[in-house]
Formats: sequence, C-alpha cells, structure tokens
Amino acid sequence: MKSIEELMALRDAAKAKMTARDDSTEITRIVVGMATCGIAAGARPVMNSFVEEIAKRNLSNVTVAQTGCIGMCQYEPIVEVLEPGKEKVTYVNMTAEKAAKVVVDHIVNGNPVTEYTVGAVAK
Amino acid sequence: MYRSHVLVCGGTGCTSSNSPAIIEALEKEIKAKGLEEEVKVIRTGCFGLCALGPIMIVYPEGCFYSEVKVEDVPEIVEEHLLKGRMVKRLLYDETVHGQEVKPLKETQFYKKQHRIALRNCGVINPEDINEYIAYDGYQALAKCLTELTPEQVIQIVKDSGLRGRGGGGFPTGLKWSFTAANKADQKYVVCNADEGDPGAFMDRSVLEGDPHCIVEAMTICGYATGATEGYIYVRAEYPIAVKRLQIAIDQAKEMGLLGKNIFGSGFDFDLHVKLGAGAFVCGEETALMTSIEGNRGEPRPRPPYPAVKGLFGKPTTENNVETFANIPTIIREGAEFFASMGTEKSKGTKVFALGGKIANTGLVEIPMGTTLREIIEEIGGGIPNGKKFKAAQTGGPSGGCIPASLIDTPIDYDNLTAIGCMMGSGGLIVMDEDNCMVDIAKFFLNFTVDESCGKCTPCRIGTRRLLEMLDKITSGKGTLEDLDKLEELCYYIKENSLCGLGQTAPNPVLATLKFFRDEYISHVVDKKCPAGVCKDLLTYKVVKDNCFGCGMCAKQCPASAITRTDYVAPGKKLAAFEIDANKCVKCGACESACRFKAIVKE
Repeated sequence: MKSIEELMALRDAAKAKMTARDDSTEITRIVVGMATCGIAAGARPVMNSFVEEIAKRNLSNVTVAQTGCIGMCQYEPIVEVLEPGKEKVTYVNMTAEKAAKVVVDHIVNGNPVTEYTVGAVAK
Repeated sequence: MYRSHVLVCGGTGCTSSNSPAIIEALEKEIKAKGLEEEVKVIRTGCFGLCALGPIMIVYPEGCFYSEVKVEDVPEIVEEHLLKGRMVKRLLYDETVHGQEVKPLKETQFYKKQHRIALRNCGVINPEDINEYIAYDGYQALAKCLTELTPEQVIQIVKDSGLRGRGGGGFPTGLKWSFTAANKADQKYVVCNADEGDPGAFMDRSVLEGDPHCIVEAMTICGYATGATEGYIYVRAEYPIAVKRLQIAIDQAKEMGLLGKNIFGSGFDFDLHVKLGAGAFVCGEETALMTSIEGNRGEPRPRPPYPAVKGLFGKPTTENNVETFANIPTIIREGAEFFASMGTEKSKGTKVFALGGKIANTGLVEIPMGTTLREIIEEIGGGIPNGKKFKAAQTGGPSGGCIPASLIDTPIDYDNLTAIGCMMGSGGLIVMDEDNCMVDIAKFFLNFTVDESCGKCTPCRIGTRRLLEMLDKITSGKGTLEDLDKLEELCYYIKENSLCGLGQTAPNPVLATLKFFRDEYISHVVDKKCPAGVCKDLLTYKVVKDNCFGCGMCAKQCPASAITRTDYVAPGKKLAAFEIDANKCVKCGACESACRFKAIVKE
C-alpha cells in the first residue's frame, strides 16, 4: 500500500460487493416476485439478469431482493423498483432482456420503461 | 455479485452453540439448490445478543433469525433464499411488526446502543481485510501517516477525551505523550488483551469481530509514540481471537499496511501475537510485560512507569483492546465527534458484557452517562421470572456493586468511583433477590486468592485471611467484631499491595459491606441467609398441612433424609412427610420436586 488513493480505490471496489448488506434508506431496491407463480413464469432468469447487469455496471447503491406473491399472478414475472423518495414502479411480464433494458434506462438513466409497467400492460 | 448475503455469527458464544455446523449446512443446502452464485455466506464476529444465539442475518431484507438450529437450515434456504419468503417462526420476536419486519437497529436491545468499538462486529467478515477496508478501514492510518505529524495525532487523541477502557480510566492521549517524550533507540506498543474478569468478554468480541481495527490502531499508536514494534498479549483460551488476529496481521503485511515504509511515509511497524497462559495478574501492565519477556508473570513496583522503562526496558505504551478499538474512529471522524458523546469527564462510549440475572445476556455499547436503569430494564430486557433487581456488580473482582437504590446513577468513571465502585473493564453482572451478597463477595475473593501471584505479602496472605473470615460468616460462626476486622483488613490490603490486583481485591467486600451491611448482620446475628444461598444457614422443612403425601420429595432426596410420618393433614388422603435435618445435605432437590409448595427453606 503506497498511497491513500490506492486505499480508496480498494475501498470502493470492496464496498460495491457489499451493497446487499447496506440497510440505509439511500438504496434502490429491485424486488422480484418469486412465489410459485413467479418462478413458473420465469422469474429466476429475470432476477439473474438484474444481478448480472448491476454487477457489470458496478452499481454500488442497488440491491436485488425476492418477495412472495403480489397477487397478480397472470402478470408474472413481476418486478418492483423502489427508489428512495420516488413512487414505486411495477414492471410486469418481465424477461431477462427486458430486465437488462430496465437497468440501463431506469436504474442508470432515471427513465422508467413505461411500456413494461403494469399501467401500460393492463390497459 | 451476490444478491443476498447471509451473516452467521462466528463469535465464541454462537460457536459453542453450534454455528459452525449451521454454516456448513447452509453452504451445502445452497449448493444443492444451485444458489451458490447468488448467495454468499459470511462468518462474522459477535452481534452482541448472545442470549439468542446462534444468530443469522439475511440481507438485503435484514431478517434477524435467532436460535437457529441445523435442522432449520433447509427451510431457510428453500423458503427464504429460493422463494423469498421469510421464515416467520425463527424471526426475533422484537423485529416482527405485524406483516412487516423492523430493522434490528430499532429493537429495544440495539436502539439505545451506539457502536464505535463494536462498529464492525457482526457486520463484516473479520477474516477478510477487503471488508474492513470497505467499511473505511485503514483510512485513519493513511490519514495519520500522510497528513498528520505524531504530535498532531496525540493532540487529537487528547482532545477526544478518550480514557483507558481497561479499568483505570487514565487519559489515553496523555499516556501516549509520555512515551513519545522519551528518547530511545527502540520503543514498543503493547495491546493488553488479557481479559480475565469472570463474566467479561468485551475484548474477546472485538478481537474476534474486528481484528483489523486493533492492527490499525496499534500502528497509529506506534507512529504517534515513535515505536516500530508491537505486541498483542492475548490469552490462549481465546483460540478464535488468536486465529483471526494472526490472519489479520498476515493480510495487513501482505497488503503493505504493516511492515516497511507504510503508505510510502518511511514509517515501519511490525506486530507480534503473544499468548498468555491465563493468569489474572498478567492483566496488570508490568506483570504483562514481564510475561512477554519470557519471565514469570509478576508485577514490579512503579515508577519507573512503562512509558520510561517498559517492555525489554524500553519506553512502552500499553493500552487495552477496547481503548485501541476507539482510535481509528477518533482519527477518522475527529476528536469533536467522539467528545460529543458521553459526560463531562468521560467521553465516548463503553462496552459492557451483560450477564447474570438478565433477559438479554450479551454485549452492549452505550454512550457514557447512560443510567443503569436504561441498561438493565430497556437494553437488557429486565430480570427474568419477575424477580426484583437487587444489585449490579461492575468491574469483576476489582470492582464493587451498585445497589438497587442507586439504579439511576449515570454510568461513567467518576460517578462509579464516587459511590465506591469501579468501571473496570466492563463486566456487568446483574443480581436479583435470590443472590446473597456475602456469597458474591466470597466468590470474588475466592477468585483473587487463586489468582494472587504471591509476590507481595498483603495480597498473598491478606486475601486468604479475608476469605477465611467470609467463610466464617457464611457458616454462621461470625461475630460482629469480625465485621470490623474484615473492614480494617480490607483497607490494609488496599494500601499496601504492590499492584492493582491486591489494591482492588477487597473492593467486592467493601462495596457489599457498605450497601448490604444488613445482610452481613443477618448472617452474624440471626444466623440466617436472607437470600437462602449460604447452605450452612439453611434448613429445609415440610409444611405438613400442605403436604399431599405424594412422596416425590423422598424419591428425589439423595441422602434419604425424607420419611413419611403418621400425620394426615386435614383434607388430604395420605400421611405427610418430614425432613431429618441431621441427614439433609441441603441440595434443594426436594423443593424443586414438590408440586404443592409444601417444602420451604428458612
């Protein structure tokens, strides 16, 4: 260890791997419905896709969690995105490809993908 | 990236209640379900709530599972990790709030705590330096070496108001400045991890949960005082702590955080772990250094103080584990941050090991000035079985006790000294109405008699005489004159002993005499033990009118002291029993066997 910059770089890299343990309210949470209905509809590849995309982009303030049945089984896989201080966005009929797009457009750039949301699909 | 982290406590408490088997089962189940790329299992240090161990926390939800068994693991993996449904029955009651799960921070046990020394315990993997660095580790060292002069470092520690957490409460910054002021070709830093008080496990938990913070703090101390070598004196009875310390030192060396030219500053520092054989006297600073040197652990007179002539005759700074554990935060967050907590003369926080008659046995860290009532009733969850609080013993065999009448005393160094007590290293043993205070004093005296090193007469012989007098009192042979003699001898030992062990050994007797003299008098005058503990003063009796004659007591009696009489109590069908006082060994087996409360002790 030769400099404080080297230490800080190491810290940021290590910290990014530990966001799952961050319980502060500043974290964006992506919640994937993983009840029987969700799993049957293909929620696992969706969740894996989220995890991979987030890791690829080194996003340090996002966690991926699972939840049970939300109650709209016909729209599974369902994914909710909860950003601090913003309205919850619910995506339905998700796929791994859609998940990648949500990470890029919504999580990184802040533009929810309206056409995948429950409001657009259920119309 | 792992989406979920499962933290399992690997502290000594949970390890002995089988957490290693839980970790093994978890890893196996996770693999069987194909989740090994998604879920990471981490063995942490102590969470503090040892009463509920083994403890497991699942993130990102922050679910707190308590008293987990190996058989529960498949359910946790299947339900929670695979399907995302928490296993409600295993959740800590206090965190369940209807359908919601409250964060652990908001529970009664953690709400009032403020964790500085324990900040990483139960949070990071103590065997991975990267996790320590992720939680701002080694930044304080970097700051010291690249931005501050040794004088500035000492000034920050002085300004923070940090005092020695080992018991004495000597200002840490001042101690450092003494060593820094002495010129020598070699100086040393010593960490006192020889935690010997019965019922104390603060230092062990810090070493097990966050060993890197001690490595960092000792290096900072070395820089500030001009030392290039450090020793950690830790008892061999702490195998987990020893192992993790060694891992931490090796990792730090590998990354260049220990060794030559750290942070390119030209400063060199090296650390060694030295195992202690468990003698209580080796917690005394001069005895500890003598032991490191390879000699028999005996204290020597001071002065010269270690700052002048310490380890191997060189200037040495010695601090306790918890004192060191505060240093990185003080440097990183600033002296004002630390000084903003606590009372006027005692700054910061203190870790206590809560034990005895209390619901939440475990480790708590609270700001100085928190009252004993808050610790016992709120954080500790009160006294089990509806018993009444009688006293709290602080400072182990060197300390005294705080009686129920002083439960609202804010806890800091000076308040405790004022009531004839001592902060000590932080053991806090709670006692209820079933504890006999004379017996407690005897217990601690027994300990000091065993642990006295024998070098000086007042301690070696004085403590033995004290114990004999206490024995006499608890066996009902004491006189009022003995009480005066007892007190006189206590003061004599305090004034004339060579080291802290003897100087503080009479404290448990003096404190109990001061606050519970009436109990001593009951033992001496009435020949009774009010709490019903001292066996020689007890008799077990059958209240014949309550006896149904079932015979359970006679079956349990190991001395065959219980026999049936001819007397049949009104309304009962069988003849009552009685106890032969000459045969009775006072084990109490009959009392717990009786379902009708017909056996009493008096």
